[in-house]
Amino acid sequence: MSLKQKVADAALAREFGLSDDEYDRVLAIMSRTPSLTELGIFSVMWSEHCSYKSSRKWLRTLPTTAPWVIHGPGENAGVVDIGQGLAAVFKMESHNHPSFIEPYQGAATGVGGILRDVFTMGARPVANLNALRFGSPENSRTRQIVDGVVRGIGGYGNCVGVPTVGGEVNFHSAYDGNPLVNAMTVGVARQDRIFLSAAAGIGNPVVYVGSKTGRDGIHGATMSSAEFDEHALAKRPTVQVGDPFVEKLLIEACLELMATDAIVAIQDMGAAGLTSSSVEMAGKGNVGIELDLDAVPQRETGMTAYEMMLSESQERMLMVLKPECTDLARTIFEKWELDFAVVGHLTDTGRIVVTHKGKVEADIPLAPLADQAPIYDRSITPLVPPGPVGPVHDPVGLEQSLIKLIGCPDLASRAWIWNQYDSTVGGQTVRRPGRADAAIVRVEDTSIGLALTTDCTPRYCYANPKAGGAQAVAEAWRNITATGATPLAVTDNLNFGNPEKPEVMAQFVAAIEGMGEACRALDFPVVSGNVSLYNQTRNPDESARAILPTPAIGGLGVLADVEKHVGMAMPESGTLLLIGETKGHLGQSLWLREVLGRETGDAPMVDLAAERRNGDFVREQIASGAVLACHDVSDGGILVGVAEMIMAGGHGCELEPPQSGMRPEAFWFGEDQGRYLLAVPGDGQELLSMARARGIALRVLGGIGGEGLTLPSGATISTPRLVAVNDAFFPAWMGVDAFEAVRS
Amino acid sequence: MKAGIVVFPGTNRERDMAIALRVVSGRAPKMLWHRETSLPDLDLIVLPGGFSYGDYLRCGAMAAHSPIMREIRKFVSEGGYVLGVCNGFQILTETKILPGALLKNTELRFLSQDCFLRVDNAETPFTAGWQKNDVFRAPLAHGDGNYVADEKTLEQLEGEGRIAFRYVSSAGIACSEDRKSNPNGSVNAIAGIVSADGRVCGMMPHPEDLVDPLMGGEDGRPLFEGLMEVFIR
Repeated sequence: MSLKQKVADAALAREFGLSDDEYDRVLAIMSRTPSLTELGIFSVMWSEHCSYKSSRKWLRTLPTTAPWVIHGPGENAGVVDIGQGLAAVFKMESHNHPSFIEPYQGAATGVGGILRDVFTMGARPVANLNALRFGSPENSRTRQIVDGVVRGIGGYGNCVGVPTVGGEVNFHSAYDGNPLVNAMTVGVARQDRIFLSAAAGIGNPVVYVGSKTGRDGIHGATMSSAEFDEHALAKRPTVQVGDPFVEKLLIEACLELMATDAIVAIQDMGAAGLTSSSVEMAGKGNVGIELDLDAVPQRETGMTAYEMMLSESQERMLMVLKPECTDLARTIFEKWELDFAVVGHLTDTGRIVVTHKGKVEADIPLAPLADQAPIYDRSITPLVPPGPVGPVHDPVGLEQSLIKLIGCPDLASRAWIWNQYDSTVGGQTVRRPGRADAAIVRVEDTSIGLALTTDCTPRYCYANPKAGGAQAVAEAWRNITATGATPLAVTDNLNFGNPEKPEVMAQFVAAIEGMGEACRALDFPVVSGNVSLYNQTRNPDESARAILPTPAIGGLGVLADVEKHVGMAMPESGTLLLIGETKGHLGQSLWLREVLGRETGDAPMVDLAAERRNGDFVREQIASGAVLACHDVSDGGILVGVAEMIMAGGHGCELEPPQSGMRPEAFWFGEDQGRYLLAVPGDGQELLSMARARGIALRVLGGIGGEGLTLPSGATISTPRLVAVNDAFFPAWMGVDAFEAVRS
Repeated sequence: MKAGIVVFPGTNRERDMAIALRVVSGRAPKMLWHRETSLPDLDLIVLPGGFSYGDYLRCGAMAAHSPIMREIRKFVSEGGYVLGVCNGFQILTETKILPGALLKNTELRFLSQDCFLRVDNAETPFTAGWQKNDVFRAPLAHGDGNYVADEKTLEQLEGEGRIAFRYVSSAGIACSEDRKSNPNGSVNAIAGIVSADGRVCGMMPHPEDLVDPLMGGEDGRPLFEGLMEVFIR
């Protein structure tokens, strides 16, 4: 039976992802059996993806305000004050499920969607980042997914001409059936020209611009709100197809129109397309909306109302215009060769009314659609505390351990990936990938620099979701601080498994608790974000495997004078200092995993007071010009951090025996938090006494200069060897040898 | 220097080029929409980088038929100066204003990285800011930069000194088989060429993205400084 003949009932509602309870609610609101189109509208608006029904209760606990926050969560993206009357507009969003089904288009449309969220608000996108998690490199499909995702991100971002400047990549078998593709866009707008989505003005025209509507992506939001099973790949028709060329035209046309006063409200058609954009715009403005689907530009014939309302065709926007400006707007969109159609108007009925071929296909009261959307307080089970680390012995020594670590998939050079992303278009990229802890982009025609990063350590979050949530926030804050920038705010992308499983829900709740504590302690509020649940693959035997809990954090910081930043490259001479306390925490460390083959122990705890103290001190020192280079200590510990600085700069370093009283592997590879490596001129004594006076742990690690990394034993690993080991993994794994980064 | 930058649908490095021209010459260039059918008084026209028409059909193929290209042909025939960078170079070969073609990179992937270029002929208006055999750094960012031409054309280009820039190692050595120094696989490691009269130049890398020490160097400046000299004379 084709969908056209289907009638709405509880069984069809279940097929659309609504529970029986939720369907009863629909019946109560409608006081009749809904039409197919109406049921479609309810099901996507009440999907997890659009309604945040499992997460909303907990998201409310996150801090979202600060004096510099202009718009927090609730708009298309977060908006913060960056000085000189300008605002940064940013958000991160997932495209996980589509990227597993169809890696290239899934990733590409993820980039397209997040770009639209940002330029919808009147901001020109100035940078893209991405946080990617893939399955084990040994899994045969992983390579294909990595290849498709990287090509997709590049294919879209390169064409629209927004530089991809940073990101992160992890591998773990928990992502075998469910990779994570989280894309972040940062834009810049004038503070007095921010565009919002609340519709206003009864009778005002509702205008559709961009690409034509097709049958792609129907029920994409519903698909993203369910577990995968062995039939996942059959869901390919729910994946959208992107056209970055049209997106580029749409950016230019929208920004050109936004320079006028024509727009009352604007929203992109993302998940659930025409449905969510029209419902949300009218709902936020407390008005009604009437849509005439005959006026919608269509690229296929014979589309039904249901298909048009649920299509997730890409590169489309919905706007409410001042009526007298319609012709002006039409001229601009026609200049850019984009479709422009008046598809409806605002009403005072408080209802969404959809007509097609003279027939009313949907007529739903908006308030209950929003207000009576289900919110769940899902049950949680107590988390199982992580087991002990177990006996630790170093079977190979520092040198072999370091070589193993910097060559492993999680630490190997990502040049093979970022060399496929245009990182310089726009001419404002001050620090490209791999040159500093955060990417630095100058705001055109100003002295302002934006410091951008994405961070999360999923293995910590799995062992201890609360500590891991706090650590993700702290690491983003630290990476921004390490460039000298002031951290302002974050966007979060919360990737978890099935929230109906109490153990998954418990991870989610604990991670948010940790994030909230860190955000509050560091004055680093959450201004936008996205929740992606049901990242879980059901096996044929009904057992299920969830991903590692992955609350990815996208951080943004600002430098009033972009010249006053530092990179991570080891300078020619000076002294290498370590800020922060080293206790030798090996639980969940990469050393433990890569050298001993164990993923055991607790995650390292973040002492938020020390984090703040250390970071503020580092930032002050960079601002005063006392620091030549800075790099945070994270995955792999101190020794990996030192090697990374050497590989980035070409100059060497001679480490002294630390006299720490702990085993060498614990000192050099432990992953204690709140630590920075600082390269300073001279002997660093001045900084030491300043730190002592402030109660900040600081020690000299060694002298800077010469060639290669000289270990406390006196053995030297040459820089070319470090680089060769670090560069080897990706080209070898992906079967090419031509992608050598030009390290300069 | 009165410069104009052509904007096609999908052009995306016009802002970079405008900034470079403004920084070096002190004068903002005019932006020219692709549908223009007459040109203002200009010394130099730049076809910038990007994905004109989404690179659909073939890179530069559709832009080559834009209305403004008729005017640009006329401008060229009257001795006007034209610089095509990246997509602009592709458009210049598609219109046959410059010989040869740009195929997909040999590894079939988009490449974004720094490369080293050697100035093989410092006598052209586009290379006058350098000395012969100078080596400089420039970012490249393209999927289709693998230059090819038939033997006869290559002989002509080489014989007439029309290879402006070649991909080389940091030491200045050109080797077309070496993917580290010649990443897209261009024949004879050709990165940029000029027309027979030297007044039209096409190149794949982006000197316009390296004119400010803050962005990592000023290696690209001599191109614009050299052009300034030409128009002051």
